[in-house]
Parts: sequence; C-alpha cells; structure tokens
Amino acid sequence: MAELLVVPALLAYGEAAFAYAGELRGPGLAGRLATWGVRLGWLAQTALLVGQAASAEGFPWNTWAGSLNLFVWLVVGAYLIWGCTPRYRLLGLTVMPVAAALLALAWAGGGTAVEEGERSGAVLALHAALMLAGFAGLTLAAGMAALYLWQERRLKRHERGVLKVRVPPLEALDRLAARSVLGALVLLTLGIGVGAASFERGNFDAAMAVTLVVWATYTSLLVLRHEGWRGRRAAHLNLAGFALVAVVLSLTHFAS
Amino acid sequence: MSSLTLVGVSHHRAPIELRERVALDLDACRALAQQLARHLGGEAVVLSTCNRTELYLAREEDGEAEAVAAVMELAGDGAVELASALYRLRDEAAALHLFRVAAGLDSLVPGEGEILGQVRSAFEAGTPGPLLDRLFRQALHTGRRVRIETAIGESPASVPSAAAALAQQVFGELHGRRVLLLGAGKISEATARNLVSRGAEIAVVANRTLAHGDDLARKLGAQALALDAVAVELEHVDVVVSATSASGLVVSHATVAHALRVRKGRPLLLVDLAVPRDLDPAINELDGCFLYDVDDLRAVVEETLSGRRGEAASAERLVAEEAERFRVWHAARDIVPTIASLRALAEEIRDSELARAGGRLSERERRHVESVTSQILAKLLHLPTIRMKEAAAAADGVVYADVVRHLFGLGEEERRR
Repeated sequence: MAELLVVPALLAYGEAAFAYAGELRGPGLAGRLATWGVRLGWLAQTALLVGQAASAEGFPWNTWAGSLNLFVWLVVGAYLIWGCTPRYRLLGLTVMPVAAALLALAWAGGGTAVEEGERSGAVLALHAALMLAGFAGLTLAAGMAALYLWQERRLKRHERGVLKVRVPPLEALDRLAARSVLGALVLLTLGIGVGAASFERGNFDAAMAVTLVVWATYTSLLVLRHEGWRGRRAAHLNLAGFALVAVVLSLTHFAS
Repeated sequence: MSSLTLVGVSHHRAPIELRERVALDLDACRALAQQLARHLGGEAVVLSTCNRTELYLAREEDGEAEAVAAVMELAGDGAVELASALYRLRDEAAALHLFRVAAGLDSLVPGEGEILGQVRSAFEAGTPGPLLDRLFRQALHTGRRVRIETAIGESPASVPSAAAALAQQVFGELHGRRVLLLGAGKISEATARNLVSRGAEIAVVANRTLAHGDDLARKLGAQALALDAVAVELEHVDVVVSATSASGLVVSHATVAHALRVRKGRPLLLVDLAVPRDLDPAINELDGCFLYDVDDLRAVVEETLSGRRGEAASAERLVAEEAERFRVWHAARDIVPTIASLRALAEEIRDSELARAGGRLSERERRHVESVTSQILAKLLHLPTIRMKEAAAAADGVVYADVVRHLFGLGEEERRR
C-alpha cells in the first residue's frame, strides 16, 4: 500500500509546479497553494521512503530509479529550507517542474515500489546517500542560478513588469547559490572519500571521472568568487557544472 | 434619527485653482467642524487634502443646505464656479464614498497610502458623535483592510519609489547600502529620501556647485564632493542617483568600467533622472551594472500602476462589503428605540405583576418567579427583536417599527401626557 503514496506526492508536486507558474502573474493564492503542494508532496514522499526503508533489508535505493526517487526527495527537502518564505517562493518555478518530472521517471522505472530488496553494504549506502545529497544541493544551486539569470536579464532589458513578480533579490540569489554549492561540495567530498575508501583498482569509470570534474568545477566556482566572479558569470559556471551533474546522474543511473 | 450628509469638492471635477480656495489646514478643519456642529446641533468632520475638501455632517434634519453654504463661504469669490463642481451625497452613498477615499480608491494614484493618515487626522480633529464616530472608525478599518488584503499599495507609484524598489530588487535589504548622489536638486533629494526611508545611507553628494551640494549633504549626513571627483566613489557605493543639469555626460562608460575592476563583481545600480542624460547608456552593457533612465522608470511605474488598477477591483469588493455592514448598522439604528420601548414595556408589566403578587409569595418563591418571568420575556422577545433588525437591514424597518408601536401601544402613554 505504501507504494501508492507516490501518487499523492506526484500530484502535489505537479500542482505546485503549475501554481508557481500562476505566481508569475502576481503574488497571492497561487503561491500559497504551491507552497502547500510542496509541503504535502514532500510529506507523502517521506512516508513512501520510510515504507521502502522499512520493507527493505538494506539500502533500498541502489537501483537508478530508486536513487532518483531519493534524489528528488533530497532536492525538494533542500528547497523547502528557503522555498516556504514568500520572498523565495518563485525558486519553486525552477525546482518543482524538474522534481515532478524526475519523480514520474523514478515511478516509471520502478524506483517507488515497496519490496524486499537485496542487501547492500553500509559503505555503499553511505556513499550513495552522500553523493545524492550533494547533487541535490547542486540542483538547488542551479535553480537559483537559473532564476538569477532570468531576473538579471529582465533588469538589464528594463522590462516594464520587472517589479510585478516577487523574485528574490539578485544578491541574495547569488549568495544563496554559493552557500548551496559550498554545502553540496562538502557532501560530495565526503561521498567521494567514502567511495575512494572502498575503491578497487581497475573499476575507475566515466561516471567517476565526470564526478571529479564536477567537484573541480564547483571548487573553481567558489575560488573564483573570491576573485570577483559573481553574478552572471558565476551563474553561468554554476549551470555548466550542473550540466556535468546531469551527465553523472545519467551515467550512474542509466549506463550502469 | 440622524442622517448623514456629505458635501465636497475633489480633483475629479474641480481644477486646482478651485480646490486651493477651499483647502484648509488641520486647525481650520477643527474650527470649521466645531462651528458646524455647534450651529447645526449635530456631528461634523471636515476632511481637507490637496485633492479634496469634504464636509461630513450627521443630524436629525437634512444638513445639506448648511454644508453647501459653509463650502461656498470658504470659496469666497469662486463660489459660482464651485457650485457646479460640488457633490452632495446622503447616508449609504456618503459612507461608500468615504470608505473608497480611505481605501485610496478615489485618489489620483490608486491605493496611495497617505490618505488614510489624512482621514484619521480629520476624524481626530472633528466633532463626531455616535454616527460619525462609527462611520470614520469603519472607514479607517476599511482602508487598513484593503491595504492588508490586496496588493494595491505594494508597488511603487512614483519615479523615486520605483528607483528605491529597483535597488531592493538588486540588493534586497538596503540597510548599510551606500548611495552616491550626483546633483543636489529636488529630484535627487526626493529619491535620496526614498532610499533612506528603506535603510540606505547617502554616502556622498556630488554637485557642480559645491556649496549647494554641501547643503544637501549636511541634511542627509553625507560627504560633499565636486562632480569631477566621483570616479573613486564609484568603486565603493552600491547605488548612483544622478539628476544634474549638465548638458553632457557626467559619468562615462570607461569610468564605470574602470571602477568595476576594483568592485570584484559587486553589482552597481545607476539611476539617471536627468534630461539630457548624465550617465552613458552603454554602462548598462557592463556586467553587474543596471542603468535606468527616467523613461525606464516611468514605464515601470506605469506598469505597476496598471497592476494597482487591477487590484482596485478586489479593493472595491472589500469596500462594498464594509459599506453594506455600515448600512445594516445604520438601518438597525432606526429600529433600536422601538425595540428598547417594547422591552421596557414588557419589563414594566412584569414588574407591576410581580409587585401585585409579591405579598402572597415567600422570598424564595418570589426569586423563583422573578427568574422564570425574566426568562419567558427574554425568549418571547428574542425572535421579534431579530426579525425587526433584519427588517431594518432590508429597508422595511420603519414599517415594522410602526406596526410594533401600534400593536403594543408604544409611546401612547407619552403622547397622552
């Protein structure tokens, strides 16, 4: 029965994605409905994950679809930290459509089923959880970078309606994106460290190589910020890094 | 029963030449309200702003003629011209008008916030009684409700406030943000004050005439500089507001580009309110620079005003709701004396019957009978009271009051005396 919880979670995320689009027309009911959609959907997905964890003997999300399910939960959870405040609500416009689409994909791939899974090692589980949490943080940072570029473009073009939509201030988006990257990098570093501890020679693959490139890219981003790489340039680099994250996730989920 | 009369003149029908003839300061409003209340034996409040002068009267008889005469007297020589611009409203229409005024829906800029304070001041300076007290308190409540429940007052309504809102869109909170003012004229000052009201700090005022710049700098707690010394300041400030009367560019693309190298990616908002423009339009192409000229800001204001007009529909609904509540309350006042008389009659009968039976009852029995008869009266009169109030709200109150007075002979005793 617990696996049916994916339906309300998906519906709530989908509702939130649509309602955030309504928020573009002006702050109000649509934004509040969206926020409640995110909260209820996340609670439903949490219950689903608890059900999966309770039924499985080990780490239940070691398939590509399962880890995608966990990844979506982490992304939405990270978003909820800021997303509930009216000022940052519009961030959901970049996060929730992606979350809804990925959860639907995880469902289609069987990642939301509740069944007895094969036992997996604790080290592998820790490695996967840390990596997924890190990638979730980077996804959130990419959402902020996308919102930054959208609003910056509107300000540069002197759009008449630039003040009609309640978007977070540019500086705040830039700062929060950098903080998200920093937090995600810590998790990624730990995840890579845990993975390296159980690494066997000859197992180095493309996903690992791209993961290291991701790590280097985001580390460069933080270093370059100190040299004045802020705003638009930082947002572009952030999105470029996220493109690599998408490659890693594709490689680990679909190619393995 | 008191009826409400409003006589006034506003920007809708009267040009400024007429409005300034009847404009009053708060002391004059207070004096006129006291004079009208004393002379007419009722209640009076006078509201006078740059857009309107309105007299609100409440008294037993119609007070319109006296109110018109008072406004005409204020107009002096312009009384003839004023006559065609005057509006006269009664009871519910007058209440609805005041609620719209308090909500900012009758203002030049829909939703402007200043009017609510002006209505409060007029009320406090007036001579209200039960009717005007209720009317103005509900008007203030309506004004607050509209601003809380709709977004009509949220967006900027002027060029200086649009500039400040843009600064918040770039930086968020403006506390501690440094502003450089180029030019020391009224436009610079108005924009500076708007930024200061949101927490920004005016760091430097640069002007061609250093003495003028020095005056404004002192007022704003800033440092005064000559215009040709601003290049270094561009490295440290967050917002530049320019409104000089220079005929050519005051800040070039190259100057800002040079400053950006030192700023390490910190954004810079530049607001050019001068015509001809002070700041090189190419500055907007620089990474991290946002340059707005006066036309850009006007377009933003127009757009937000259209948003305010959109919100006005929601605000009108709230105002109509409050006006209906006032109408129900006002109408119920017609029926209140009848209800009071009916209850007094019932109490009188109960008291006299209790007095007649009093000698035959013990103390305990008397208390018991008193309690029972009191409950019977309350239950018996509850439904008629509710129905009469409902009838009053539906405009049948007077008919119901007459019927009840006739059936129960209310007031006949007094008439016989």
